[in-house]
Amino acid sequence: MSGIVSYGSYIPYYRIKPEEIARIWGDEPERMKKNLFILSKSVPSPDEDVASISVEAARNALKRKDINPEEIGAIYVGSESHPYAVKPTATIVAAAIGMPLEYFAADYEFACKAGTAGMQNVKAMVDSNYIKYGFAIGSDTSQGAPGDALEYTASAGGTAMLIGKDNVIAEINDTLSVSTDTPDFWRREGEPYPKHGERFTGEPGYFKHVIAASKAIMERNDMKNSDYDYAVFHQPNGKFPTRAAKILGFTEEQYKTGLLTPYIGNTYSGSMMTGLSAVLDESKPGDRILAVSFGSGAGSDAFDITVTDKMKDYKRDNAPTVKKLIEKVKFIDYGMYTKFRKIIITGDSVE
Amino acid sequence: MTELSRIWRETEYRYNLIGFKCNNCGRSYFPPRDICPYCHRESIGKMEKVKFSGNGEILSYTTVHDAPPAFKRQVPYTLALVKLDEGPVITAQIVDCDPDEVNTGKKVHMVFRKIREDGTNGVIEYGYKFRLN
Repeated sequence: MSGIVSYGSYIPYYRIKPEEIARIWGDEPERMKKNLFILSKSVPSPDEDVASISVEAARNALKRKDINPEEIGAIYVGSESHPYAVKPTATIVAAAIGMPLEYFAADYEFACKAGTAGMQNVKAMVDSNYIKYGFAIGSDTSQGAPGDALEYTASAGGTAMLIGKDNVIAEINDTLSVSTDTPDFWRREGEPYPKHGERFTGEPGYFKHVIAASKAIMERNDMKNSDYDYAVFHQPNGKFPTRAAKILGFTEEQYKTGLLTPYIGNTYSGSMMTGLSAVLDESKPGDRILAVSFGSGAGSDAFDITVTDKMKDYKRDNAPTVKKLIEKVKFIDYGMYTKFRKIIITGDSVE
Repeated sequence: MTELSRIWRETEYRYNLIGFKCNNCGRSYFPPRDICPYCHRESIGKMEKVKFSGNGEILSYTTVHDAPPAFKRQVPYTLALVKLDEGPVITAQIVDCDPDEVNTGKKVHMVFRKIREDGTNGVIEYGYKFRLN
């Protein structure tokens, strides 16, 4: 059966705390921290973007498993902050990891679930013997308008999943998607910041799709919540995935390993995949994982995963674990944040 | 736009730290060279393309406070002479650290970063920088 052959993540070094954002906009820091369950978020440095983050994540995956890049037949990068509107991120990443001339490639966009849509696509291509291995990457340097609630969580990071049939460390037993046309969150072409349709964000958006996809995949595979060792959900803030987990009857023990938003913020297309990466960092053979992404607009991709015996020989320590990536950080103030994120207007002396 | 050809030509080397090794004397070079400056004609046909590990050590460094416009958002930043494990010495930026954390002899590894952008509508140039181990 096909599944994850290797994986790697990357999270930028810089962080900003909600207290610092609240100080500028006159919000109550404790209320924002509690309402969003957020303690800090990652900030990309001026020389980082979705291409650089994706390359680092893919290289980390290849450090853990010695796969000849010539055998990688597809690469899909899911993001809503691709560096170019027209010119693929996927080919930049492919060049940086030494992939050959002949490979399938495209950039995906489906709000925060474009990376997991890539996982489904690559799995289908592996299953149908079109390719031996393929990369699916979810990565973002997400946008939150200054003063908007999104500014507290919109962060940067990404994860790369190498999928194949040989040397599988985590079998993808099943995957499915649910989708509807929902106006919960969008960004129009050329607009720098997204908008959210307030009342559609929670119940009609996130919860409806995440719960439906989770229940559907459990039912189809004759599984119940207690059969899983880990559950990981898309995490736009710390509160939503916690609530979704509770609605579905999962315990804190099952969801805490993959819950990263309180420490790194919402990495959008990288969110659930980086949570899954944190789970794989600690999982052992036989562990069963439910992983469910969510993308506004709206839809959810659900995965039922079993960790295999190959995990015993897998070289996890050849690349930094998610825990390691969130260990050494530097906190910056709002002034530095505006410089890094290009929010301030500059003259000719800058760029 | 005038630099587009150069950027494209150097992509392979800058993305993956690919240089050349002289199989006559064993010395490695970055950026790539067609002829070994020690072996001259004896190196013809013996220059082999090699991918360097990306690991190295800081030989010397300086902190940049007065930077060109493309690098202004990163000031102050550190530029260093990095001696790669395979021998070549290259000039590169050291990222994700304060300048006072950098010192000679410190071990570094290559990271992939944006080098500069040609305005808001031009091409984005990527390549190697280094990070402290």
